[in-house]
Amino acid sequence: MKIVYTDSLIIGGGLAGLRIAIAARQRGYDSIVLSLMPAKRSHSAAAQGGMQASLGASIKGEGDNEDVHFEDTVKGSDWGCDQDVARMFVNTAPKAIRQLCAWGVPWSRVRKGDREVVINGQKVTITEKDEAHGLITSRDFGGTKKWRTCFTSDGTGHTMLYAMDNKAIQLGIPVHERKEAIAIIHEDGVCHGAVVRDLITGELIAYIAKATVIATGGYGRLYAVTTNAVISEGIGNAIALETGVAPLGNMEAVQFHPTAIVPVGILTTEGCRGDGGLLLDKDGYRFMPDYEPGKKELASRDVVSRRMTEHIRKGKGVPSRYGDHLWLDITLLGRAHIEKNLREVKEICEYFLGIDPVKEYIPVRPTQHYSMGGVRTKPTGESPTMRGLFSAGEAACWDMHGFNRLGGNSVAETVVAGMIVGEYVADYCAENPLKIDTKLIEKFMDREKEKISTLLSREKGESAFALKKEMQQIMMDKVGIFRNEADLSQAVEELKLLHQRSKNIALRHKIASSNPELVEAIRVPKMIRLAQCVAYGAMLRKESRGAHAREDYPERNDRDWLKRTLTFWKDENADLPEVQYEELDVMKMEMPPGSRGYGVDNTIHHPDTEKRVAQLEEIKKANPSADRFEMQRLLNPIEIPEKFRGKNERIGKGFK
Amino acid sequence: MSDERILKFHILRYNPQVKGDVPTMKTYEVKEAPGMTIFIALNDIRENHDPSLQFDFICRAGICGSCAMIINGHPDLACRTLTSKFPDGEIKLLPLPGFELIGDLSVNTGKFMRAMSERVESWIHDKYADSVDLDRLEERMEPDIAEQIYELERCVECGCCVSACATKRMRDGFLTAVGFMRLARYALDPRDKRSDEEFYEIVGDDEGVFGCMTLLGCQDYCPKDLPHQTQIAYLRRRMALVK
Ligand SMILES: Cc1cc2nc3c(=O)[nH]c(=O)nc-3n(C[C@H](O)[C@H](O)[C@H](O)COP(=O)(O)OP(=O)(O)OC[C@H]3O[C@@H](n4cnc5c(N)ncnc54)[C@H](O)[C@@H]3O)c2cc1C
Ligand code: SF4
Ligand code: SF4
Ligand code: FES
Repeated sequence: MKIVYTDSLIIGGGLAGLRIAIAARQRGYDSIVLSLMPAKRSHSAAAQGGMQASLGASIKGEGDNEDVHFEDTVKGSDWGCDQDVARMFVNTAPKAIRQLCAWGVPWSRVRKGDREVVINGQKVTITEKDEAHGLITSRDFGGTKKWRTCFTSDGTGHTMLYAMDNKAIQLGIPVHERKEAIAIIHEDGVCHGAVVRDLITGELIAYIAKATVIATGGYGRLYAVTTNAVISEGIGNAIALETGVAPLGNMEAVQFHPTAIVPVGILTTEGCRGDGGLLLDKDGYRFMPDYEPGKKELASRDVVSRRMTEHIRKGKGVPSRYGDHLWLDITLLGRAHIEKNLREVKEICEYFLGIDPVKEYIPVRPTQHYSMGGVRTKPTGESPTMRGLFSAGEAACWDMHGFNRLGGNSVAETVVAGMIVGEYVADYCAENPLKIDTKLIEKFMDREKEKISTLLSREKGESAFALKKEMQQIMMDKVGIFRNEADLSQAVEELKLLHQRSKNIALRHKIASSNPELVEAIRVPKMIRLAQCVAYGAMLRKESRGAHAREDYPERNDRDWLKRTLTFWKDENADLPEVQYEELDVMKMEMPPGSRGYGVDNTIHHPDTEKRVAQLEEIKKANPSADRFEMQRLLNPIEIPEKFRGKNERIGKGFK
Repeated sequence: MSDERILKFHILRYNPQVKGDVPTMKTYEVKEAPGMTIFIALNDIRENHDPSLQFDFICRAGICGSCAMIINGHPDLACRTLTSKFPDGEIKLLPLPGFELIGDLSVNTGKFMRAMSERVESWIHDKYADSVDLDRLEERMEPDIAEQIYELERCVECGCCVSACATKRMRDGFLTAVGFMRLARYALDPRDKRSDEEFYEIVGDDEGVFGCMTLLGCQDYCPKDLPHQTQIAYLRRRMALVK
């Protein structure tokens, strides 16, 4: 039995995982990072658009600060987020971006003087101030009051990931590539590491650690068409679920991005619309202002995606052999801008569509994009029910996104969570000894070995590829942008059957070493369970909130549904997950539920909302001299690691 | 019609993990679909013909650099290569040479790239980088410099340049163009405090820029169009001044 020991085991080499490994290493603890592929190929590299942080250096970001970022994030989440976490996040984001700056990200900078930009379809000239010259600049993104999204030309995620991985290499952090975690080792509510399969040799290895972190990214591949990488299959989430002890949070909260290309689903960044691109229908008509007169193309993603779908349903889509779509028009931005700031988009159009977006419209359609749900954690990143198990990044439900995350808030989350959770992981390593019980390790290793040899020896049975296809189609057709009881209950039933069938997978190619069919056979039953969590959670949630839109329950219902879904899979032989709910406490909210200012407002209010609003008024009245920092501490006192508590400096504002 | 075409894929099959396996070319037929890429076709082959076929795709959008292979004689990213590019419908696929073979079309670029990063010390050398006060304004940078650094940082470590390099074939320890690009990126970055002497230590020999024959296979096949020619020439001039 091969066993590897370390202080912190980080499953996932994307932005979140690497940042945590760095934090633990810098505090003196060994970390090992596991990744399916070289870390620099993680899906974080695909983020083109940008990272939100309220630096406010560009003229269009002037007046921005943590409070405005907080407001946008909570509204974006449709009040589904954990406001303590959103606070920790917005206060730390400026530090995160400045640290990455010191570590080598070539952020695009403010250039003093006049510059022509496109706002609301019009060319306008804006003038950047002399004193801001050379500071990190920002662009407009959906759902934000200020231009807050910082970027590196068209390759934000790429440059962030490269800087982060290079930092990890500098610190000598080992990344064990082509290794897949397939089970969590745990006992009595404590996590001790993971069973890991070497994807080249097929060998099973036990990685034993004080702290184990799941940073495996999203689960977009539960859907047939998604912007996500082919490895975004949610296996990290599934192995947490399969402990029976650690819950997943809000799995039904799945985001659809308005503009992926048709048919393959490759993303064109929100930067296209942020920089002034428009959505047009089959008549070349700009329809978004009719639906959202305020934010138009730049309302939050859930809203824009639904409006597009509504418009297509009215017969205004452009027919194609792959179904109806709409147009994204960036021709008005001009060649120079596209070739510099949207070059990746241009390449994608040329290679995958054979068109030139400088001259032609891009065929787009809302497509699965982001997983708000994931391993439920406390604000420290630790599972509420399993000690020593942490999670961060898209894999986690740390819960700063609630039911809809804003563009640019995700890569920001990965780094900020990496910094904060990384400190708590290091604390945990300091306080807990490495527990080594070979019997326990053996038990888990044997169980996984047994499963694999059963798979390899079964003569006849189901094809993993076929099961996966069926699952992905069910999710597309019945658990998509608009949802209803009939579709969802059918999906739940059909997935149950698939789950049964997935117990009988057989392989055509029966070897235990590098074998893509075996990889698939191990993953697919796990993916089906996740799909069941999504579909079942969506069926039970009888309201519409953020990205979860029920045609039969169109209102956001704070009275009955201001709560987070927790899914457990306690009984291995069960056919369905168990669902519990965690209430969100209105009386503790810094920002009580209200209107988002875009989309339809038909909220059924929570009885506490008015009380809390009145209470906040009183606190404000009673402390007339409190500045915004003192006020925030009064309204929403949060715990944050010591080193991240400082105020953030801004040009023209100092530390105010 | 072209969407009715039957494509012929000739693929080198070899699994070094299986004792006694020998490299052989195998042919698979795939019905072409509109907009089909080699990514789509290979998955079709895996799902419908041979589930053991190994290859690496991640982003399938030309972004992550996983899927470089030799396509009809030239290195390129398979995910963004449309099958319609090949008029006779014959597509020959070989694994990228110059890297350890994992199996079939899958090679271990990760190991090579990590070693390259360690060799050129692919990080900002600044003893103050970890004591920067994160609450304060970041250090300023000229917008043009930021853009120039990004131009070099666009490399996706796909390995096409490595596989196309004649010098690398003759001299295994040759740093290759991906390493030169990385080094040039840091040499350009005002945040990196290394001196030319320190850079010279890394590339100032025949395993480095002075071994390069400037035949520019690297530039011809770089899918991200990095400016190899100008940067290699620039590095050589700069390094020549050191000694
Ligand atoms: C096309 C696209 C564009 C985007 N653009 C933006 C943007 O502009 N701004 C923004 O804020 N967000 C954007 N996002 C979202 C953002 O990129 C992701 O949410 C974020 O990068 C996720 O980072 P991560 O570290 O959590 O996971 P990832 O980067 O996905 O990394 C996951 C890691 O886990 C590893 N792994 C997975 N499973 C296992 C396992 N079982 N065992 C071992 N290792 C495993 C993988 O190898 C990988 O290293 C975009 C997303 C997409 C799909
Ligand atoms: S120019 Fe130099 S690095 Fe590029 S392929 Fe030729 S020998 Fe290799
Ligand atoms: S320089 Fe170009 S060809 Fe070489 S690894 Fe980088 S992207 Fe690939
Ligand atoms: S799969 Fe990412 S570049 Fe081809």
